[in-house]
Amino acid sequence: MTAALVEEGALIPSAAVPRPGRRRRGRGPTDGPPRWQIYLPLGLYLLFTLVPFYWMLLFAVRPDGSTSLVPWPATGAHFDKVWNDRSFGIFFQNSMLVGVATLVLTTVVALSGGYALARFRFKGRTAFLIALLCSQFVPGALMLVPLFQIFRHLQLINSLWSVVISETVFQLPLSVILLSGFIRGIPEALEEAAWVDGCSRLRAFFAVVLPMLRPGLVAVGSFAFVHSWNHFLFALMFLSEQDKQTIPVGLNTLIGADSVDLGALAAGGVIAAVPVVVVFAFIQKWLITGFSAGAVKG
Amino acid sequence: MAIAVAKQPANNRSRRTRRLPYLLIAPAALLMLGFIAYPMISVLYYSLQDYNVTKPWRNGFAGMSNFTRIFTDDPRFWHSLDFSLRWVVVEIGLQLVIGLALALLVNQTFVGRGMSRALVFSPWAVSGVLTTTIWMLLYNPSTGMTRYLADAGIGSYGHSLLSDPHTVFWAAVLAELWRGVPFFAILLLADLQSIPKDLYEAASVDGASRLRQLFHITLPHLKDAIVLSTLLRAVWEFNNVDLLYTLTGGGPAGQTTTLPLYVANTGLDGHDFGYASALTTVAFVILLFFSVLYLRLSKFGGDRA
Repeated sequence: MTAALVEEGALIPSAAVPRPGRRRRGRGPTDGPPRWQIYLPLGLYLLFTLVPFYWMLLFAVRPDGSTSLVPWPATGAHFDKVWNDRSFGIFFQNSMLVGVATLVLTTVVALSGGYALARFRFKGRTAFLIALLCSQFVPGALMLVPLFQIFRHLQLINSLWSVVISETVFQLPLSVILLSGFIRGIPEALEEAAWVDGCSRLRAFFAVVLPMLRPGLVAVGSFAFVHSWNHFLFALMFLSEQDKQTIPVGLNTLIGADSVDLGALAAGGVIAAVPVVVVFAFIQKWLITGFSAGAVKG
Repeated sequence: MAIAVAKQPANNRSRRTRRLPYLLIAPAALLMLGFIAYPMISVLYYSLQDYNVTKPWRNGFAGMSNFTRIFTDDPRFWHSLDFSLRWVVVEIGLQLVIGLALALLVNQTFVGRGMSRALVFSPWAVSGVLTTTIWMLLYNPSTGMTRYLADAGIGSYGHSLLSDPHTVFWAAVLAELWRGVPFFAILLLADLQSIPKDLYEAASVDGASRLRQLFHITLPHLKDAIVLSTLLRAVWEFNNVDLLYTLTGGGPAGQTTTLPLYVANTGLDGHDFGYASALTTVAFVILLFFSVLYLRLSKFGGDRA
């Protein structure tokens, strides 16, 4: 929170000082467009965004054979079927494990790399930066075959670790760049003050930098979680045993079935959506500050 | 550049401190070496080999023959490349325009702004497979939205948008648009908020219309963000296979097969690793072009203090 304030203060130097001109906003020539010019297009776009979600919810709770367009009377039968008969309970657990492990691994590794980039000039720094940027252009889908061979060699096929490692690796470049941007936004003088007071670099990092880094950690951690929760190809290729599979793979199985059970599919979709919706609701305000904190602009 | 960069105070600290940055980047560097660099090198190696697990007797050094085959004897490669480019251009163009409009819209002050933002941005968090799930329910010819549209006189009954070659492209575009627009809207909104309000106040005092303010203040300010997000997203759309793999499977009749999808099919279903590796190499070169362009335009890692 503090870091976000510091950032905003840096961007708009006078933000903290109430300016006399501010009051007049809402009248005068700086007034926004007429209300209907906002609400009409916004309403249309909201329809486009929300109808698909509604449609999925509707199918998930509507009994088989019903053509009602409202979600009542509701039934939990589809959820019951998907969770128990189609193993979504197990998939959910696997996806959670992969998501949390990726989150932790990505954040820790990116924090260490990002700190080095932000606070040190060293030989190879530019090379490391370029490697990070270029690896954003490496298509994961095209790496499937060689990665499969590596994991077979490491005997990690059918282990969730193969997916955790792949997701982490492809999430790392962006995370390192993001976090180094955030760390650069924290004045080094604060750290130096702690060193003068006798803190080691490590203690100063935990006592001074880490607390101010919360917005960055939230952004990077939730990206990593959402990304690995959503991503599907690695899990599809590296995990062939059914009790090891993840939610997107389970959904893909339902989609690819000869006669698609729409109710079960919709219920599976709702289960897949719930965790990311929760994460999104939690971070969506931070998301915009997170990006503006200099991350994208380096 | 709004970020205050503290000068590096001590280039002459102890040797331990000089080693520290390398220790700190080691985990990230090692992971990337092992699981990005090494696979890339092995792709390059296999691209010069005949390597097919179903025809092991032909395995061995192949020279440039895989590449010759790509450029002279593979209409599916050209078709998938053509589709990839069309897909990226159409998607990015529409996502950018709609995303920008949306960002400008929710940057206004109005009642219900916070809620509207959360709602219109929400598909950002939705995966390709989940997008497929949702749009398959909508496009289902007998129970989907299309049926209700047919009731209302739009379209015809029993028409499957995803298996008709005339409609499949736009049906897929619409689904991807649904989850792609929020990315642009979020990024551009973040940048919009860093434009000093005084600029607009000054401009309107000088009598500039809102349209002129858009073209003379807003868009020039957003230029960098637009360039960056467009390039990043273009590469992402090029590479990403989740949605098309599950929604259309590249069909009907290979119509919606992108280059990465074609590579995945060649390598994983056809077991022709050598040829798939050569295709991957070609895709790399195409993407490298984008990378260089991206680095040039963003001037990243350049002369920062």
